[in-house]
Amino acid sequence: MEHATTSDHIEDVYEPSLTPDSLGKLGMWIFLVGDTMSFGALLAAYAAVRAGAGIIGWVPPDEILGINLTAGMTFLLICSSVTMVKALESIQNGNVSRMCTFLGLTIAGGFIFLGLQAYEWYHLITHGLTLTGIPDHGLSGAAISGSTLFGPMFYAITGFHGMHVTGGVIYLIVILIHGVRGRYTAEFNHEVEIVGLYWHFVDLIWIMVFTFIYLL
Amino acid sequence: MAQDGHKEHPKYMNIFWWLLGLTIAEVLVVIPDLPIALKAILLIGMACSKAILVANYFMHLKFEKKTLAIIVVTPFIICVLLVFALMPDLTTDARHEGIEKPAEVVDTSSH
Repeated sequence: MEHATTSDHIEDVYEPSLTPDSLGKLGMWIFLVGDTMSFGALLAAYAAVRAGAGIIGWVPPDEILGINLTAGMTFLLICSSVTMVKALESIQNGNVSRMCTFLGLTIAGGFIFLGLQAYEWYHLITHGLTLTGIPDHGLSGAAISGSTLFGPMFYAITGFHGMHVTGGVIYLIVILIHGVRGRYTAEFNHEVEIVGLYWHFVDLIWIMVFTFIYLL
Repeated sequence: MAQDGHKEHPKYMNIFWWLLGLTIAEVLVVIPDLPIALKAILLIGMACSKAILVANYFMHLKFEKKTLAIIVVTPFIICVLLVFALMPDLTTDARHEGIEKPAEVVDTSSH
């Protein structure tokens, strides 16, 4: 009796051994933690540059960037996160065709997001937001001078995120192809869960980028 | 990683409505002419709430072992510290010494 209690206690204190399923998840989590540091460094640099320009002047981003379009892009990524969890839920219930449908919708969401980002970049570049300058909307000389780093920071951060979305869409397409070929079942589906972790991370990062770059 | 036998799913549509509501609230906060500090607190608070919802329910962090949650939260804390660590170098007047402040554009059309 005493022996059983001790072993229960040990099981409670220590993590169980890694299984092939959990090893993949742990690997993805470690990658995401490292990626968080990359995005964190970029956003910290943006915050620092903006704070540093405060003495001279900083153009409010909402005067340059379209909030409505990016709010729509945020909504789109949230929707694609929901379709992603619905895909996982479907395969865990053994419904392969439903999983493939939801994965397809998630991929479509990613493609539309990338299309909107390309449209936004084209619009901003043609209106003067470049790596060396910002559009002149009757802004004071001080504000323009203080904001010269806005363009490079904006394109670096949104471009880095866009590359992650592109990678996520490719990753999802590979998983969808495996799904269509019947690789996943109610018992074997951890690869779908792992791609889901990556996709939700892309959504989570966009939530931060939207707030720090577009709204603040 | 995940607790054994965990097949119950949270109500994802509830999380979706919360995320949508917070996104709309974020956009509405930008419209009125609020003090920048208040605006920043509200926006960062709502962004963190959304991030926590995504991580906890969509990424199932709430159902994982506590050790994993600690590993995941650590870089976020380090990133916040990084911002504060960079601030002293960038917000001091000394950095701008010797930089001539650009002249404000004066509108002379009314004269």
